[in-house]
Amino acid sequence: MRFTIEQRPEPSVTMRLAAPVIATALTLFVGSILFLALGHDPLRAFHAFFIQPISTMNGLSELLLKASPLILIACGLAIGFRANVWNIGAEGQLIMGAIAASGIGLFWPNPDSVLLLPLMFLAGMLAGMAWAGIPAFLRARMNTNEILVTLMLTYVAALVLSWLVHGPWRDPMGFNFPQTALLPPAAMFEPFDYAYRLTPAIFITVVAVIAMWLFTDRSFMGYKLTVGGAAPRAARYAGFRESSAIWVGLLAGGGAAGIAGMAEAAGPLGQLSSTISPGYGFAAIIVAFIGRLNAFGIVLGGLLLSLLILGGETVQITLGMPSAITRILQGILLFFLLAADFFIFYRLRRLKEAV
Amino acid sequence: MSLFIAIVAGTIIAATPLVFAALGELVVEKSGVLNLGIEGMMLIGAVFAFWAVFAGLPMPVAILIGALSGAAASLIFGVLALTFMTNQYAAGLALAIFGGGVSAFIGRGFGSTPIPSLARLDIPFLSDIPVLGPMFFRFDPLVYLGLFMVVAVGWFLYRTKAGLILRTIGESPQSAHAIGQPVIRIRYMAVLFGGAMAGIGGAYLSVAYTPLWVENMTAGKGWIALALVVFSTWRPTRLLVGAWLFGGMTILQLQGQAFGLRVPSELLSAVPYLATIVVLVIISRNRQLLMLNFPASLAKPFRPSG
Repeated sequence: MRFTIEQRPEPSVTMRLAAPVIATALTLFVGSILFLALGHDPLRAFHAFFIQPISTMNGLSELLLKASPLILIACGLAIGFRANVWNIGAEGQLIMGAIAASGIGLFWPNPDSVLLLPLMFLAGMLAGMAWAGIPAFLRARMNTNEILVTLMLTYVAALVLSWLVHGPWRDPMGFNFPQTALLPPAAMFEPFDYAYRLTPAIFITVVAVIAMWLFTDRSFMGYKLTVGGAAPRAARYAGFRESSAIWVGLLAGGGAAGIAGMAEAAGPLGQLSSTISPGYGFAAIIVAFIGRLNAFGIVLGGLLLSLLILGGETVQITLGMPSAITRILQGILLFFLLAADFFIFYRLRRLKEAV
Repeated sequence: MSLFIAIVAGTIIAATPLVFAALGELVVEKSGVLNLGIEGMMLIGAVFAFWAVFAGLPMPVAILIGALSGAAASLIFGVLALTFMTNQYAAGLALAIFGGGVSAFIGRGFGSTPIPSLARLDIPFLSDIPVLGPMFFRFDPLVYLGLFMVVAVGWFLYRTKAGLILRTIGESPQSAHAIGQPVIRIRYMAVLFGGAMAGIGGAYLSVAYTPLWVENMTAGKGWIALALVVFSTWRPTRLLVGAWLFGGMTILQLQGQAFGLRVPSELLSAVPYLATIVVLVIISRNRQLLMLNFPASLAKPFRPSG
C-alpha cells in the first residue's frame, strides 16, 4: 500500500481545530514513554504530572496563577506574529517590566500610597514597551532583524537584573540571597484568599484577552496587520504601512510582557529576584502558536502550558524527576503542532496499485 | 607584549565555536533554509561530547559524537521544515527550546565534574618562532580545523559544481528543480551539515574551551552565530573576521574584569550582546550590501510539483 501527499482543494477547518488536540495527545504519549524510560510507572508519573497538580483548590489556583502571564504575553506576541513581526524576546521585556515596577515599589517616597500599584503597572508596561521599542525602531528605520535584536536584549535584560539583585538593590537583610527587600503591602496585589496565591491580577489577563479579540477581529488596524502578515504585497498595494505594523506588533508584545513582569513582582513573589520568571516569555511563544494566534485559543494554550510547568514542578518534588522535562515537552509539543498543521493544507491519499 | 599575545591567541580560541556554528548555518542559509535552532544544536553537541569524554572515550570520538548529535537534532528541524513544509522560524525556535531542555536533562549529573581537556597541538618549528609562535601556532586541533573549514566551505561554495547547485537552490529552487536537481535532498544535506557544525561548536565549548558542562553554557552563542551569518553577508571569509571580532570582545571583557575595571561584571558581560546589535544595525542599514549575496529563497518552503 502506498500513499501520496496531495494538496487539499481548500484548507481543512477540522484539521485547523484538531491539530492542537492531536499535538497535545502525541506529546502526552511521548511524555509517558519518557517517564517509562526514566524507570517510573508511566501511569503514576502521568497522574503526578497532569492530574495531581490540578486536583486540589491550591493546584487550580496555581494553574491560573501561571496561566495568567502566559496568556497575557501570548496575546501581545500574537498581534506581532499575525503581522509577521517576530518578537521572541518577551522574556527580556518581562524582566525589564518587573525591574521598573519593583523600582517604583521599593523607592517611591510614600510606601502607603494608593497610587503605588497603578504607577507600578504603568512603569512595568512602559519599560516592556521601551525594551521592545528598540528592536521596533531598528527594524522600522534600520532594516535590522528583530528576532536577533529581541533575543540579544533578553540576555542584556537578564544581566541587568542579575546586577541589580546581586548589587545595588540587594536586600541588606536578605542573607546575601540575590533578591530585593519585600515590596510594601500597598505595592502588592492582595490575594482573593490568603490560603492561595491567586490575586486579582488575573483580571488584567481577562481584559487583555478581550482587548486582543476586539483588536484582531473587530478593528480595522488589526485587519491591516493581519493582511500585512499574510500578504505583504497586497498590503503595500492597499497602502498599509509596514512600519506601523512593526511598531504595533512589537509594542503590544513588549507592553504585555512588561505588565506580566510587574504582576509577578507585585503578585506571587512580592519582590524582585534573579528567578523572576520560569521562562514565561519563551513559553508564551508556544502558547501563541497552540492558540492559533487567536484570543480564545490562546486561553486554552495558556492553560495547557501552565499545566506543563506546574506538572514539571510536581514530578520534580514528588518523584524526583529532572525539571528539564518541562522544556523537553514544550519543544516536543511545538514539533507535533507544526507537523500536524501540515495536514491543514495537505492530505494523504492511498495510491491505487497499477495493474 | 605577553598580554598582547594572550589577547590575540585568546581571541582566536574564543572565536572557534562561533566559526563552526556560523559556518554551518551559512551553508544551510545558502541552500535557502533558515534554521534558528543553532543554540539548541550547540547545547546538544556540547552535552553529548562531554558525556563521551566523561565516559572515557577518546577525544576525537567525543567530538565526532558531538557532531553526530548536532546533526541528529538538526534532522528534527529538517523533517519539519523540508518534509512538512512548516514555518521555518517556528520549527527552529522549537528546536532551540527542545535542545535546551534535552541538554539540561542529559547533563543533570555532570555539574562541575572536571574532565581532561582537548590537548594542544603545537605546529613543529612554527610554534617556536618568538611572538608569532605562541600567537598563532599553539592551539588545539579544532582551532586549525575551524580555519580549514572556512577555506573548505569557501572553496566548496564558489569553486565546485556541487556548491553552485547548492547556491542555485538557495536562489531559485524552482529553477533547480526544473533542471532535475533534487532540491529537498540537497537541502536535507545542508541542514545536516549545519547541525554537525553546530554540534562541533558546542563540543568545543564543553571539552576544549571550558572544559566543563554547565546548563545553558552556550549563553546565546547560537544566536550570535546567526547574527554573524548576516554580518558576513553570506561570505565565509567575512564570517571569520566577524567571529574574531566577537572573540576579541569576549577576551577584552574578561581582561577588563582581570584588570579590575570599575564596572560591574554583569554589565561587562552584556558587551558582546550589545556589540552584536550594533554590528547588525551597521550591516543591515546598507540594503544593497545585504542583498548582494542574500539567498533569495531563504526561509521560503518549497514543494516540488509534478
